[in-house]
Amino acid sequence: MRQERLSLVLSVGLLAGLAVVPLVTAANTVLNFLVFAMILALAAHGWNLLAGYAGQFSFGHAAFFGVGAYGGALLQMRAGINPWVAFLGGIMLAGIVGAVIGALSFRADLRGSYFSLVTLAFAEVLRILVNATPATGGAAGLLIPLDVRFANFQFASRAAFYWIALALVALVTLLMLVIENTRFGAYLTAIRENEDAARALGVDVFAEKIKAMTLSAAITGAAGGLYAQYFLYLDANIGFGPWISIEALVAPIIGGLGTAAGPLVGALALQMLGEMSKTVAGRIPGIDLVLFGLLLVLVIAFMRRGVVGQLQRLAMARGGA
Amino acid sequence: MLETHALTKHFGGLRAVDGATLSVEAGTITGLIGPNGAGKTTLFAMISGFEEPTSGTVTFAGEDVTRESAHKRARRGIARTFQIVRPFAGLTVRQNIAVGAYLRHPSRTDALRKAEEVAQQVGLAPQIDRPASELTVAGRKRLELARALAIEPKLLLLDEVLAGLNPSEIRDMLPVLRSVRDGGITILMVEHVMQAIMSLCDVVHVLAQGVMIAQGTPDEIARDPRVIEAYLGAGAAKRLEAARAHA
Ligand SMILES: Nc1ncnc2c1ncn2[C@@H]1O[C@H](COP(=O)(O)OP(=O)(O)OP(=O)(O)O)[C@@H](O)[C@H]1O
Ligand SMILES: [Mg+2]
Repeated sequence: MRQERLSLVLSVGLLAGLAVVPLVTAANTVLNFLVFAMILALAAHGWNLLAGYAGQFSFGHAAFFGVGAYGGALLQMRAGINPWVAFLGGIMLAGIVGAVIGALSFRADLRGSYFSLVTLAFAEVLRILVNATPATGGAAGLLIPLDVRFANFQFASRAAFYWIALALVALVTLLMLVIENTRFGAYLTAIRENEDAARALGVDVFAEKIKAMTLSAAITGAAGGLYAQYFLYLDANIGFGPWISIEALVAPIIGGLGTAAGPLVGALALQMLGEMSKTVAGRIPGIDLVLFGLLLVLVIAFMRRGVVGQLQRLAMARGGA
Repeated sequence: MLETHALTKHFGGLRAVDGATLSVEAGTITGLIGPNGAGKTTLFAMISGFEEPTSGTVTFAGEDVTRESAHKRARRGIARTFQIVRPFAGLTVRQNIAVGAYLRHPSRTDALRKAEEVAQQVGLAPQIDRPASELTVAGRKRLELARALAIEPKLLLLDEVLAGLNPSEIRDMLPVLRSVRDGGITILMVEHVMQAIMSLCDVVHVLAQGVMIAQGTPDEIARDPRVIEAYLGAGAAKRLEAARAHA
């Protein structure tokens, strides 16, 4: 089975299964777990578009997560904009920040680890600025006022919020599956495989990278916006801290780099691992990060293209036999 | 179709190409030969937009393209292959060629159809669904050619597409190149395989140490003392002449 088909089947199966969970259980722990997994999957999808498809490894997707989160929160709190519209505004702001960071780095022709380091630096600068600026709540953070109404993007039922998050993940998965079958997608993979060869074939490498970066940032920004609406609290470390940059990249690598199903598969796996590490290892601080690191090493060593790649090989071995 | 005027490229103190003037007539196969390190690849890089010249101009179809970026020149119809092949290793042969085909065929169906057509033309049809990384040297050279053809160029720059092929593989490639020319694409080719140059080219230019030293038909070039000296060292032509007289 081709990877694209497998990703489609896997995504549809997982999303359908996930959609019925609230009908089976209303347990808060389960829904919290799943909402968080969806937020992570969305952030991971954004990172995967840029790194998995276009080959540009960002270490600073926290920048876009944070802009999406803070953008949405500040637009509703300070400008009085409806939270749904503010959410979209946050996504757009994240996209713009992505385009700007992309233009600066790609104009300077930063590639490989140089690009990674510069994105990390941008995220850190934003984190420090937001932490020091009173207008963004400073070190105390931002508390979005509780006002539970549908019109406010706040729900009494966790299930309702979860379904919206799930729908966003489904939408983005669909978008990735579509992109894989377009010229844009072909150009991104060409850039990933060999930039000069792509240029020789008429690909405007700079423009395509900017497009990828913008879309990638907007998607990860949506994850940030969801986070803000769900927890109604933000501080600079939540919004712009390295944790989200790391999780957004570990999930797709475990799930399957450059595959449409990878981010969701990886996000669920990571979340489960995080929960397990909490029950098994208790409250040793940072134990989940240690486990992520270990898992990452194992996946990179033994499973190219992560879980999805592994499943594909199994399917091919069976189909080919 | 293509003219370069006094094209020069310095790398630090090294004059890789020094005042190269050449013109390529539409509809021909033009050869560019010269010893290793003569500057042939560098000249190609300046024509295709991968290196910016230190001085001089490149004119394509009557327009000055000297400072234009590589992708814009590709869109104008200048295609190149790379001497050191650069396949999209993680993609299949079909996907590789399709990247080129997308330039003129934005829809996926059309691009994939075009890719299939080009694969057929260069003899890659049997491997079309194999990963590019599994191709042999000969296969990779064909893939370079196929991708370049897929952008439907007016001018095709071939940088040693026959290097590394065995004699029978070379024999298979010659008719392919002729068919490309007969299809209306002008070819400028760098090649060390003299048999190919002799049988394919209408005109040959010779570059040595960055300088254009001769041009003419393949027969004229093969007898030109300056060319013989460029390859075999100073005095070689005289020695050959003497040896011939002696015999
Ligand atoms: N990017 C570069 N930086 C510095 N020197 C370079 C660069 N590219 C080429 N050169 C030098 O310029 C000269 C011309 O190289 P070029 O590759 O154009 O020769 P060539 O005629 O294609 O040789 P070959 O037949 O071996 O392919 C060589 O001396 C080479 O070392
Ligand atoms: Mg060369």
